[in-house]
Amino acid sequence: MSAIIEIDHLSKRYGSGTPALNDVSLSIEEGEILALLGPNGAGKTTMISIICGLVTPSGGTVRVGGHDIRTHWREARKLIGLVPQEILLEPFEKVIDCVRFTRGLYGEGPDDAYVEELLRSLSLWDKRDARTRELSGGMKRRVLIAKALSHRPKVLFLDEPTAGVDVTLRREMWQVVRELSKQGVTIILTTHYLEEAEDMADRIGVINKGEILLVKPKAELMGEFGKKRLTIDLYEPLSILPPSLAARGLVLAENGMQLGYDYDANADRTGIARLLADLTEQGIAVRDVATTQSSLEEIFMSLVADEPREVRA
Amino acid sequence: MNWHSVRAIFGHEMDRFFRTVWQSLASPVLSTVLYFVVFGAAIGGRIQSVEGVAYGAFIVPGLMMLTVLQQSVSNASFGIYFPKFSGTIYEYLVAPTGWIEVTLGFVGAAATKAVMIALVILLTSFWFNGVHIAHPFWMFAFLFLTAIGFSLLGFIIGLWAKSFEQLQIVPMMVITPLVFLGGAFYSASMLPPFWEAVAKLNPVLYLISGFRWAFFDLADVPVGLSLVAVALMIVVCLVAIRWIFLTGWRLRE
Repeated sequence: MSAIIEIDHLSKRYGSGTPALNDVSLSIEEGEILALLGPNGAGKTTMISIICGLVTPSGGTVRVGGHDIRTHWREARKLIGLVPQEILLEPFEKVIDCVRFTRGLYGEGPDDAYVEELLRSLSLWDKRDARTRELSGGMKRRVLIAKALSHRPKVLFLDEPTAGVDVTLRREMWQVVRELSKQGVTIILTTHYLEEAEDMADRIGVINKGEILLVKPKAELMGEFGKKRLTIDLYEPLSILPPSLAARGLVLAENGMQLGYDYDANADRTGIARLLADLTEQGIAVRDVATTQSSLEEIFMSLVADEPREVRA
Repeated sequence: MNWHSVRAIFGHEMDRFFRTVWQSLASPVLSTVLYFVVFGAAIGGRIQSVEGVAYGAFIVPGLMMLTVLQQSVSNASFGIYFPKFSGTIYEYLVAPTGWIEVTLGFVGAAATKAVMIALVILLTSFWFNGVHIAHPFWMFAFLFLTAIGFSLLGFIIGLWAKSFEQLQIVPMMVITPLVFLGGAFYSASMLPPFWEAVAKLNPVLYLISGFRWAFFDLADVPVGLSLVAVALMIVVCLVAIRWIFLTGWRLRE
């Protein structure tokens, strides 16, 4: 795969002097889904806004499809669709007119067949003649997505697209995103539903204080940072954990029926075999054993540990 | 040049005009007809003529200009301010659409609406006042150029405004007084010499004078000066709009 977006030493400093982005470099491959995670004010929206043309960078370059966003902005912007964080729609417009309008803005002639296909794929066809103010929050989000896709972009930016959307609609929207990805559309999304990033993304980038902390394939990130927990169910309750087991890092649950043990799944020796042997030696009967992987949320929190405990973008 | 974009913006603005046709068309036409009745029929009956033209007919170009200026400014300023207010301005800024296309779309639509209203008023005036037009080509030329010039000014006001109050204040406090003092209802030559000189500092006087000349062959100032005034206004406004879009002032803040 080749890079469709190349960000090179990008920086942005606002009037107050606060750096919103600091020397960010990133390459985004064609057809991938990249999830950008970071706390409030981390720089995610600033980065998206610069690439899309809403914010002028203080330094660095961005190329979209090989076109510099400042010198060849028309060519670059034709490749991009943006779904903004807030629901921004003209309240008195009909849904279908909104989509046709955006298509025109992007220099594309009328194509009612495509607009119909698009609205049907987003379950908006029945609402095509409704004014946008009459729609629910979830429906409005879909209209924003339809507008962003109206000119068949190669890159789609989704800035917290599922905020305020109910679970059913959210699942349906992510299905649409998956379909788009299958069609080769590159998707860059920010979200505060970390399980969605975990579920959807091919790669995950963590941004904090205007700097990219890391960008890694999701599986690699989970493997590298992921800790596992071994949970041991007991036949008989334990009142006190023997000191030799406590020294190994075992933790006894309040009801005395369960032991917990955190370990690094990638370590050469996890210590599990030795632990189970020790339990047998101590005469503790094991009923069941289970392991769980730490979630992306836990990984994310550990990466931005010095930030306030808030995960919204 | 992205012509699809120009067409999209123009069509979008015209749709709003037709969606609110009573407010957009009927309201200004009704107001102007009331001017005809009050100034033309009631007061005009007591004023014999102005420089040989019946007073009821004399005020027609001025009233048309008044409407064109007000409508051009309000249509264009509201047209661009509303996306700023609703937040949908982002669409214009992220699209492969330059300042020329955005300006052509908004200003073209605002000027078209103003000209349409002015022409309806002109048709109405034939019935009320029996107006004739001495130079039809120049009448249309002044009408279009003035509509474009003041739509550009309205567009700048819409870009500048941060609130609906700011959006209203310039048309109310500046444009309307300039039109009334620009000879909409009288000839500058009717004023004492000092006030005639002061009146000639008002740029709107040049527009109304040129427009009235196209109707009656009567002008307060040379017609060439009127053309220069409107052309200068268009150029200055275009330069200002280009600067606003290139710097992002009040757009990307």
